[in-house]
Amino acid sequence: MEQMTGMIPQLLIDGLTLGFVYAIVALGYTMVYGILEFINFAHSEIFMVGAFAGTEVLLFMQNAGYLGNIPAPLALLIAITVAMIFSGALGVFIERIAYKPVRSAPKLVAFISAIGVSFFLQDAVRLVEGLWKNAFYLSTPTLFTTSIKISDTLKMPVKVVYIMSIAIVIMLSLHLFVNKHKWGKAMRAVAQDRNTASLMSINVNLVISLTFLIGAGLGGAAGTLFSVQYALIHPYVGFIIGMKAFTAAVFGGIGNIPGAMLGGILLGLLEIFGAGFLGILTNGVFGAEYKDVFAFAILIIILIFKPSGLLGKTVGEKV
Amino acid sequence: MKKLGLVVLMFLLLFSVVGCSSPAKTTDGAKDKIIKIASVTPLSGSQAAVGESIKNGAQMALEERVEEFKELGFELQFAPQDDQADPKVGVAVAQKLIVDNDLMAVVGHWNSGVAIPSSEVYAKGNLAMVSPANTANDVTDRGLPNVNRICARDDAQGPAAADYAFNEMNSKTIFIVQDKTTYGQGVADEFKKQYESIGGKVLGYEGITPGESDFSAVLEKIRASKAEAVYFGGIYPEGSLILKQLKEKEIDVKFIGPDGMDSAEVIKIAGDAAIGISYSSLAADISGTPEGKAFVDKYMKLFNKAPEAYSSYGYDAMNVTLNGVLTAIKDNDGNKPTREQIVTAVRATNGFKGLATNVSFNKIGDNTEANIYILSFKEAKYPAEVTKQLPAKGYLKE
Repeated sequence: MEQMTGMIPQLLIDGLTLGFVYAIVALGYTMVYGILEFINFAHSEIFMVGAFAGTEVLLFMQNAGYLGNIPAPLALLIAITVAMIFSGALGVFIERIAYKPVRSAPKLVAFISAIGVSFFLQDAVRLVEGLWKNAFYLSTPTLFTTSIKISDTLKMPVKVVYIMSIAIVIMLSLHLFVNKHKWGKAMRAVAQDRNTASLMSINVNLVISLTFLIGAGLGGAAGTLFSVQYALIHPYVGFIIGMKAFTAAVFGGIGNIPGAMLGGILLGLLEIFGAGFLGILTNGVFGAEYKDVFAFAILIIILIFKPSGLLGKTVGEKV
Repeated sequence: MKKLGLVVLMFLLLFSVVGCSSPAKTTDGAKDKIIKIASVTPLSGSQAAVGESIKNGAQMALEERVEEFKELGFELQFAPQDDQADPKVGVAVAQKLIVDNDLMAVVGHWNSGVAIPSSEVYAKGNLAMVSPANTANDVTDRGLPNVNRICARDDAQGPAAADYAFNEMNSKTIFIVQDKTTYGQGVADEFKKQYESIGGKVLGYEGITPGESDFSAVLEKIRASKAEAVYFGGIYPEGSLILKQLKEKEIDVKFIGPDGMDSAEVIKIAGDAAIGISYSSLAADISGTPEGKAFVDKYMKLFNKAPEAYSSYGYDAMNVTLNGVLTAIKDNDGNKPTREQIVTAVRATNGFKGLATNVSFNKIGDNTEANIYILSFKEAKYPAEVTKQLPAKGYLKE
């Protein structure tokens, strides 16, 4: 028992870090769903492209020798900014060529289109990286090596401090933007009722593009944070993370921005605590490898009782 | 519109029927003298580095002997294949290979989990398979006449590592992590059996999923268990990440792994975190001997990179295969042998002196002269230093 309680603080930190990554990715899914009632399946690959973009920036800085000269947090911020710009542009581009043309067609067509984009991006990145770097499993340069000692059993790596702070800043900024800024208000209006919003002289197309831009940009930032935290990325890393983040978005209430954040954080905590305690709780029958089963089982149970998700509202059929 | 669709459909059916028909038996005598040997290893994906090193070694061995076969009137060709370390792809590749009439033998695989289902397909097509690196017991335990391996088995590798961990590494408690593949879990279980039988205490046994990046929970359990060492049954992509995360979490624990950790990628991914770890392997650095050094130099010239531990095993496996083909040709009065003749000839290999290992196959295709090496990284450089070498015969159950 003492072994279990001793692990809790450390597992909490790890769970929160993973949870923040899921939360930021989930934001991309939930924002697009709120505006268009459409699940952007390609978002997991935008996350992956963001991870590659950030890692390539860091690798470039490492090879050019800059990494030793500039402070590590600055390098991280540069990588994240570049990744956000790149993924944001990619998101808007995908929307223009793959989703906008089929906006008037049945929803299913857009879903298939998104899945197609997803597969295309996976192998496109693999091809590009294979030709350019001769390897598509990239190791991210290490930026932070020290850690802060909080107590005898609790050591917080500095890396985690930065990742969590950046994640919190991103989520707070988004929250402020959506609630206080004029364009954020426009986004919420379009999400509520697209036709009426257009009557209120809101440029709906522009708002949709802006949503994709922000959502994809967040995905890119999450990708870079992920790559710094786990240090090894490959073209298929987006698939699992995207699926879990999407589920987290549904869990928190799809279309609901605070819900996505909450869902992501909870899923990360469930996964890590599940991996840590499953072996002990089931007396060795289920080991840590069943952490995904554990996390998703809890999700399913909660969704059975509250199908609209934790913070979602049951909305009547939108006529 | 409907009529056009019907016409298009007819054309498509016509072309597919024509395309499916197999090529007519060539009457051209020269075509009859082609002998193709395939290598099947992961050439893409996380384990591509090792897969490619094996393929390169095999390629070198084959190209050296093209002249020898040409004098007997045969054209020797190399057919490298990519199994992507995925059993499904391995089986698909195997199906493709057995219908190629000129394909006479296979050097492969790297992953036991891929070798086992693929070898069932080879057995159906009577293709001889010589493995440079498959260590799971089941690879030869099924008694297939066409499957052979020049490396040691996991029921020798696991116990050897257990003895080393208990004695030389002086770790009386251990935490076992495995990746739930045929290979990883198999070798971890062999390790566990031996370790417990010599008095060691296993404080934890956990699984991880290959392809995942987050092992923090399992690592916290390692820290909480206060085990002196960790045994990781798995391959280097996950193993290196675990090493890296162990260092970041400042968990002070010794590390020992199986031959899946034998790659320069461990240093690339884990860097300094790999210093001090040990692993058992079936292949050792051969650059000590003059022939070994010549091999390394020639490999570097041909492929522009340094060979890995298994390159020399790919080389030896190809030579064992080619010797088998030669014997079968001679026994067949200089004509092209059948696949069955090659299967028998390869299984009868005895006293082969190779670059990395000597080879004599026993009745189920295991190499009675295989060796096991324990290596340690004394610095962040590959290859690691051999700290112990022992013949696998000590653990071989006859």
